[in-house]
Amino acid sequence: MNAAFARATNTDFVLAVEGLTVSFDGFKAVDDLSFYVDEKEIRVIIGPNGAGKTTVLDLICGRTKATEGSVKFRNKELTTLNEHEIVRAGVGRKFQNPSIYEDLTVFENLELCYPKGRNVFGALFFKRDARVISKVREVAEMVNLLDQLEGQADLLSHGQKQWLEIGMLLIQDPDLLMLDEPVAGMSVTERRQTAELLRRITKDRSVIVIEHDMQFVAEIADHVTVMHQGKILAEGTAEKVKQDPKVIEVYLGH
Amino acid sequence: MSNFSLKNLMSRQDILGFALLALLLIVVLPLSLDVFRLNQMGKYLTFAFVAVGLVLCWGYGGILSLGQGVFYGLGGYALAMFLKLEASSPENTAIQSTPGIPDFMDWNRITELPWFWEPFNSFGLSLLAVLLVPTIFAYFIGVAMFKRRVSGVYFAIITQAISAILTILIIGQQGYTGGVNGITDLRTLMGWNIRSDYATYVFYFIGVALLFVCLFIAQFITKSKLGRILVAMRGQEDRVRFSGYDVANFKIFVFCVGAAFAAIGGAMFTLQEKFMSPSFVGIVPSIEMVIFCAVGGRLSILGAVYGALLVNVFRTAFGESFPELWLFAMGLLFIGVVLAFPDGLAGIYQRYAAPTVDRYLDKAPLFRRWPSSISQPAPVKAS
Repeated sequence: MNAAFARATNTDFVLAVEGLTVSFDGFKAVDDLSFYVDEKEIRVIIGPNGAGKTTVLDLICGRTKATEGSVKFRNKELTTLNEHEIVRAGVGRKFQNPSIYEDLTVFENLELCYPKGRNVFGALFFKRDARVISKVREVAEMVNLLDQLEGQADLLSHGQKQWLEIGMLLIQDPDLLMLDEPVAGMSVTERRQTAELLRRITKDRSVIVIEHDMQFVAEIADHVTVMHQGKILAEGTAEKVKQDPKVIEVYLGH
Repeated sequence: MSNFSLKNLMSRQDILGFALLALLLIVVLPLSLDVFRLNQMGKYLTFAFVAVGLVLCWGYGGILSLGQGVFYGLGGYALAMFLKLEASSPENTAIQSTPGIPDFMDWNRITELPWFWEPFNSFGLSLLAVLLVPTIFAYFIGVAMFKRRVSGVYFAIITQAISAILTILIIGQQGYTGGVNGITDLRTLMGWNIRSDYATYVFYFIGVALLFVCLFIAQFITKSKLGRILVAMRGQEDRVRFSGYDVANFKIFVFCVGAAFAAIGGAMFTLQEKFMSPSFVGIVPSIEMVIFCAVGGRLSILGAVYGALLVNVFRTAFGESFPELWLFAMGLLFIGVVLAFPDGLAGIYQRYAAPTVDRYLDKAPLFRRWPSSISQPAPVKAS
C-alpha cells in the first residue's frame, strides 16, 4: 500500500495501522501491515517467535521508527511523534520484562506515572497532594500492592512487578493499552489473578495484548490477529482463528 | 500537606548533617586554623561546589561528566577577567607600550582590548557572566548531546574532549587569555585589597554561604519529583519516556545546574587564590572532581563536600612530601573506593553510624517527631 494514501485516510477506529513496514538492514521485521482496533476492543496478537509482534508494539509506541506506513491513533499520526508525546496522546505500553523503577518505592513508581508535572519545572515543584495520594492508593489496590506501597520496588516478586507495571499504566489512564505477554513467567495463581485484573481494567479502553497462552487468549479476546514473518496470517475471533489450517500449520501445531 | 515545608525537605538526619557541616565550616575551621590554612580550606571548598553538582548529574541522573573543569574554569575566568581589567588601569600599566590593557596582551603585542573583554569592565555583567556563560554553554552541550540521545560512556568521552579543547584554546590564544600561566596578579575588587587577611576571611565566609545555598538547592532538587525522575532515568531511561517524560529536558536541566554550581566554585577560587589558569580546566582536574564526588558518596550532597575536603587535605599532606607519587595515590584511592565502597564516605556512614544516630535522635526531644527518612533512593549497586 502506498504510504501517502495511507496517511490520507481518516477513520472511526481508535487505532488504524496502515501499510506499516520496518526494515532492519533490508530485513523486513514488519511488512506492509494493516489492522484496525475498535473503541473498547480487546485485540490479541499471536504468532510464532520472531513474527514481529513486539516490533508492532514498538512501532506504535514510537520506540522503533517506521520505515513506511502510518499509525493513527484517533486520527492523529503517531509515526512522527516522540515516545513521550505518544504517551501523552493516550497510548500506554507494558513491556515484556517487567520494566519498573527498582531504586524507587512502589508508591514513587506509581506517583511518577501520574499524569501531572511532566515537564522539568512541573516536576521540580510537583506537590504530593491528597488527590495524588488517593489515586496512587486506588490504583495500588487494583493491582494488589496496597500493602507494599512503602517497599522498594526491586524487592517485589516477579508477578508483583508485572502488576506494578500494569498499575503504572493504569494511573496514566490511557485510551489504548498495549500489553506484551502480561502473564509470562507467572505462577498459576498469579495468572488467574492477572486475568481477573485484566478483565477489570480493559472494560473502559481499547487493548492490544500479545499472548501465547491460547486458553487465556480465548478468554479475553474480541479479535485475534495472527502474525507470521512480519505479515498478517489470519484475523478473526479466537474460535475462527484456531480452526484456520494456516494458523495450525505455522503456530498452533498439532 | 505541603510539599515545601521543612519536614518534607529534610529528614532529621539531613538537618543534623547540615548543622554539623555548618558548625565545622563556620566555627571549628576558622577558630582552629591560621589564615593560610583557612584560605586553603576555602580553596578546597570551591571544589565541593563541583562535587555537589556531580552528585546531581552523576549520582542521581547517571550522567557522568568528565568535563566539569570547563564550567569551573569559565566561571573562574569570568571573574578573573574583571579583576584583571581592574588591576590593569592606565596608571598601573603606564610602562606598557599600550597602557590600560592586561599585561599579557601587551607582551603579545595586542594594542587594543578585544571586544569580548569589554563587558568585563562592569562588575555586574561579570557576575552575570560567571553564572550565565557556563550555564548557557552547558545548555548547548546538553541540547546537542541529550536530544540526540548520546549518553553513558560516549557522553563522558565527549565532555572530556571538550575540556581538552578548551584547555588547548586557552593556552594557544595567549594574547587573549593569558595562556598557560592564566590570568594572574589580581589585586583589588572595586578598589578593595583582596590580598589582605581580612579579605581572606570575608571570601572564606562568602564561599561557605554560597556553598550552603547550593546545598539547599541540591537538597530541594533531590527531594522533589524531579529527583526521583533522575533516579528512575539512571536505571530505566527508556521506561521514563513511556511514563510521558521528555528525558532529554531533564538531563539538560540537571547538567546546567551542575555547570552553574561548578561556575560559582570557579569564581570563588579566583577570589581566594587571586588567579585562574588552564590547569583547572583540563582533563586531570575534571577527573579529580569526579573522584571527590565518588569518595564522598555519589548519592550524598553532604558527602560530596567532605569528599572534596578530605581528598584535598590528603593531597596537601601527601603531596607536600611526595609530589611525584600523588597522582598514583589518587588513582588508587579512586579504584579502591569504587570497588570497596561504591557509596563512598556517605555509604559507610549510612551503614555503620546512621542506625545508632537514629536511636539517639529518637530520644532527642527536638527530633522525636521529625520524619526519620524522606524516601531515599536505593544505594548504587556494586556491579
